[in-house]
Amino acid sequence: MPEAPTDFLNHLVFGLYPYIAVLVMVLGSILRYDRDQYSWKAGSSQLLTSKGMRMGSNLFHIGIILLFFTHLVGLLTPESLYHYVITTEDKQIMAMVGGGILGGICFIGLSMLLWRRMTDPRIRATSKFSDILLLWLLYIQLILGLISIYYSAQHMDGSSMVALGNWAQHIVTFRSGASDFIMHEPWVFKAHLFLGLTIFLIFPFTRLVHMLSVPVKYVFRSGYQIVRKRGKGY
Amino acid sequence: MKIRAQIGMVLNLDKCIGCHTCSVTCKNVWTSRAGVEYAWFNNVETKPGVGYPRDWENQNKWNGGWSRLEGGKLKPKMGGKFRVLAKLFANPDLPEIDDYYEPFTFEYERLQKAPEVHTPPTARPRSAITGEVMDKIEWGPNWEEILGGEFSKRSKDYNFGSMEKDIYGEFENTFMMYLPRLCEHCLNPACAAACPSGAIYKREEDGVVLIDQEKCRGWRMCVSGCPYKKIYFNWESGKSEKCTLCYPRLEAGDPTVCSETCVGRIRYLGVLLYDADRISEAASAEDVEDLYQAQCDIFLDPNDPEVIAQAKKDGIPDSWLAAAKDSPVYKMAMDWKVAFPLHPEYRTLPMVWYIPPLSPIQSAMEDGRLEKSGVIPDVQDLRIPVKYLANMLTGGKEEPVVHALERMLAMREFMREKTVEGITNVDILDRVGLDENTLDDMYRIMALANYEDRYVIPTNHREYAGDTPFDNEIAFEQRSSCGFSFGNGCGDGGETRTNLFGTSTHKNTMSGKARS
Repeated sequence: MPEAPTDFLNHLVFGLYPYIAVLVMVLGSILRYDRDQYSWKAGSSQLLTSKGMRMGSNLFHIGIILLFFTHLVGLLTPESLYHYVITTEDKQIMAMVGGGILGGICFIGLSMLLWRRMTDPRIRATSKFSDILLLWLLYIQLILGLISIYYSAQHMDGSSMVALGNWAQHIVTFRSGASDFIMHEPWVFKAHLFLGLTIFLIFPFTRLVHMLSVPVKYVFRSGYQIVRKRGKGY
Repeated sequence: MKIRAQIGMVLNLDKCIGCHTCSVTCKNVWTSRAGVEYAWFNNVETKPGVGYPRDWENQNKWNGGWSRLEGGKLKPKMGGKFRVLAKLFANPDLPEIDDYYEPFTFEYERLQKAPEVHTPPTARPRSAITGEVMDKIEWGPNWEEILGGEFSKRSKDYNFGSMEKDIYGEFENTFMMYLPRLCEHCLNPACAAACPSGAIYKREEDGVVLIDQEKCRGWRMCVSGCPYKKIYFNWESGKSEKCTLCYPRLEAGDPTVCSETCVGRIRYLGVLLYDADRISEAASAEDVEDLYQAQCDIFLDPNDPEVIAQAKKDGIPDSWLAAAKDSPVYKMAMDWKVAFPLHPEYRTLPMVWYIPPLSPIQSAMEDGRLEKSGVIPDVQDLRIPVKYLANMLTGGKEEPVVHALERMLAMREFMREKTVEGITNVDILDRVGLDENTLDDMYRIMALANYEDRYVIPTNHREYAGDTPFDNEIAFEQRSSCGFSFGNGCGDGGETRTNLFGTSTHKNTMSGKARS
């Protein structure tokens, strides 16, 4: 039997695209770090106006960082492992409630930042195309994530969650047939996954790279001062 | 003991005429670019005034510099490492650009291209950031020039401290002075301490504090950490920038641009030797009034044989040790005690020092106390209150400032009698603890201020760059490889019109053309 066209598209987006996106993210980041480190920065615009930053930026960052790590743990922990501590049904409730709260926090923050970026004349005038694109993509992605809570609530047995987890685990362990898990899931999950992968894809071309430079080393710096000797570090 | 050398600067405020040549030449060289139009690595303020950025001296507001903990340890006033990291998302201690000023240009083109109109065409101001017309310019880098603005606003000046300041608002008692400011190239820089990326460093060989533009991630903590507000966030590049003490010039033995072009000859550059092991001890003196002396205590006498021996052991070149002996900075700060650090109470151990200005002696004139020759007037009669200067230069301690002003008055009186009346009145010198030879030296360096006396700068030693001195590999490797570049080191991945990793939004904001 010939393969249906939707099967191919499904395989392309959820079977191949993840690898393309991650490859571009990794190679692009290495290239940018190596070739154009002067452009590697957080890109703060607080100097131009700090109105709404304290609330907006803090809520957004705290929300999105927690969302990122909870997604990571939630998607990549095998079913057999988390069953030691929690049932599938309970995990889904936890994911819906937790994700809802974090998503809400992030939504408030991101709305404020997006409003600021689009309406403040100084911020608008100094925004790069990628700054605006990125915020909108994140905003849409966040809204899709929040909508997916409604779809999850349609079946509380956690089947969608398990399917998504299986997909992610198959992808990261290079097992075939990953895209089959997504095939019959509701549109919102598909859109959320696709957009998420796209954010990976554009990662090295945006200010997102600053997350790779989280200054963890600062905490371990002995004392505060730095003195450079001539010849060292040249 | 670990001896390090630093190029220090002294500014003789007694001779500053407030012409801003230093600021303008500095700007032309270093900050005539998009993103730093608002930044003046060197600026001249009229004091009393709140300055640029507004109220920068008030660390209760900005949390710059260091605070001393109970046990005597130092912590950045903006908080320890975790507190700093907690401010990454939104930094509550960051000034807004309006605290400096919104950069602007004027519609100059309109003056030439306006069609025939009833009223003469005007050149309205336009923001360099948004390109929009600015109805009213509210603030600038030198808004308080020569006491501009109301006293009620200017008197918010931090240096008044707890002084009874209202009388200085009266016309008869008003006073002013100029304060040229640049990066202090501190021994204990709070900007470097606050930088989470570790991009800010102090050069071992000459003490210049620099920001590694490649390593800077734009977390903007240094802007808050620096109590002098001499680090500027480039809103176009997203990285912080600061005064470099014109290190490419220093390395060649030339003075900084601001010094070179100073028409009043007020600036001095010279080597200071100090004990790097005692930096934290000096910076953590308990009483802020002791900080000035504590900093003097870690400077080392370049004529002391023990110091010279240790300095050689620590790798300081002979030419630097020779320059240290002739250093005008050492003489003014240590031998003659006429120069002082700016705001030692921030505990950063600044290395740009100031000679306090003399001022008219109004009341003494009126009382007729000045008619007798050979009398040094009481410095309390000077128009600029000593307490004000002390709050600025010695953490509030008046004695050292009084001592310095007396010496300057004595020098003036002695030389006046010598050249006008032909009398050598050594009595005057005795009263301020000077001898004739020292005074000659002071007069030569402070009053005549010849070029070679003002700038005693040893050239940098290229051979110290490698493990093997005079290593040809190093010399040939670097020769003609690249000049001054922005980002990307000397690589060819430089700025192109389109760049996948972000093209700049503003090209040239300082061309005199309004952004459309």
